[in-house]
Amino acid sequence: MSAVLIVARGVFKESIRDRVAYNLVFFAVLLMAASFLLAQLTAGQDVKIIKDLGLAAATAIGVLIAVFIGIGLVAREVERRSIYSLISKPITRSQFILGKYLGLSLTLVANLAVMAVAYYLVLAYLDWVTPDNVKLGWEAPATDPRLLKAFALIGVELMLVTAVALFFSTFSSSFLSAALTLAVYVIGHFGQDLRALGAAGASPALATLGRVLYFVFPNLVPLNVTAEVVHAQPVTLQHMLLATGSVALYIALLLVAAALVFERRDFK
Amino acid sequence: MDAIRTEGLTKHYTRGFWRPRPYAALEDLTLRVEQGEVFGFIGPNGAGKTTTLKLLMQLIFPTSGHAEVLGRPVGDVLVRRRIGYLPENPYFYDNLTAEELLVYFARMFGYGSREGAARASRLLDEVGIGAERRFQLRKFSKGMVQRVGIAQAIINEPDVVFLDEPMSGLDPLGRREVRELILRLRDRGCAVFFSSHVLSDAEVLCSRVAVLVKGRLTAAGRLSDLLAHRARAWELVVSGARREVIDQARSRFTNVTPLGEGRFSLELPLTLAPEQMLSELVESGARLVSLNPVRETLEDFFVEQVREGERDRERNVS
Repeated sequence: MSAVLIVARGVFKESIRDRVAYNLVFFAVLLMAASFLLAQLTAGQDVKIIKDLGLAAATAIGVLIAVFIGIGLVAREVERRSIYSLISKPITRSQFILGKYLGLSLTLVANLAVMAVAYYLVLAYLDWVTPDNVKLGWEAPATDPRLLKAFALIGVELMLVTAVALFFSTFSSSFLSAALTLAVYVIGHFGQDLRALGAAGASPALATLGRVLYFVFPNLVPLNVTAEVVHAQPVTLQHMLLATGSVALYIALLLVAAALVFERRDFK
Repeated sequence: MDAIRTEGLTKHYTRGFWRPRPYAALEDLTLRVEQGEVFGFIGPNGAGKTTTLKLLMQLIFPTSGHAEVLGRPVGDVLVRRRIGYLPENPYFYDNLTAEELLVYFARMFGYGSREGAARASRLLDEVGIGAERRFQLRKFSKGMVQRVGIAQAIINEPDVVFLDEPMSGLDPLGRREVRELILRLRDRGCAVFFSSHVLSDAEVLCSRVAVLVKGRLTAAGRLSDLLAHRARAWELVVSGARREVIDQARSRFTNVTPLGEGRFSLELPLTLAPEQMLSELVESGARLVSLNPVRETLEDFFVEQVREGERDRERNVS
């Protein structure tokens, strides 16, 4: 097995047992279950509320796991000096970076899978307790397989957030890495607004800054298809592939940059 | 081929955020360690021992100079296959068990799962980790983590092993076990480079030592050579000497110690020929038990080196 896969496996084993991740996934499952109760208070909109809240919970919790465990990949490992023993083994620093990234991505996919199963279980229960005449008013069945498209793109988004966290943690502290990663995430979700600052009447300097931020930071808006899947709107394969492809390119650039920074770093 | 060779190895840092000032953590270190020897790297806290080990592991990069391990530049992946490293106060992954950690590291050296598990099990036995090997490492005490650290450093049967303060956190039994382990490594031809400020360990284990003070090498060589010409007195042990002869000797020398059963130890200054004193005692009816030079200990030597190093540095600064 190559060094990259050995590191990835080690990271997966370590982070899948992380209490923070456990608690966050548990919290997400709880939120999904609670959304069922909340939905009872709304008239006829319960299935949409559950679908919407469930996907929002999976995204929020996934991002928190990606950031807080992601920064631990390198920053905390350097701070706690656990990296010393690992780096002295027959492995290059680039292999270390790539292995860490793959390991955490695998952990995130596993966590997301748990959340997706819980999500479908809640929806299946709703489907089971709902009378057939009420179901006729639904835009799509409760356990609509198209919801998986939203989960897939959440997964892609989490992999990008992990790469951002990893990049920052190769040269800054845990705290700073977390703050910067969350900042990139927020900016990424306002990409279109930043681009349109000029049209909205902002000063030329601010409009230029908005355009620069739009082109430098990843645009995460296309990865959010919650509204489409909840309202049974189509999400084309072309959209999925384009969104995934552009993010994959961005992830590759981030990993190359992280490896380059890390290659010459002193572990004081 | 030397196990380790450094030429003018130097590491400078800057200190301070607003007004960065240069700081020499290591200055012009040149030394050689042969294969199959236990080499002690001793010095007070902050001397640059850990900096040297980090340079040899390429955890940091030198400002100038060059280092080789087993004839190849440090950091070469081929070299890393043949070395082991125990960092100072090691820390590992909280959620892995000791067994999993060792198998994880073993796999990096190309061992399969079964072979890795067998090695992990044998080494954990060797460093005294019993049933706890299946506990997650966050439940381990400092001494137990240190033992795991030593086991991971030799998982690949290295040709050169670097141990940074290997006795740290260990109880007396643990220290003895590690000493025995180091000697076993030496006996199978492994070079052991270990840093310590515990001189008794260096004295027992090392064939050669280097003394580092404030980033500079102040002495290096065989312990016997470093300490050979440093006798500070003679110790004369006699028995059956008459009381008045001993009282007379006590008035002339500072140290006269009764050893029981009529024996006395007399410490004679180097300026006095021991033969003269011996003949006086024998004439008065005493019998010679032993006559030995009182040599400087490694501790005396070390303290002297540290003080000299500090004086040199102050002279350079002024």
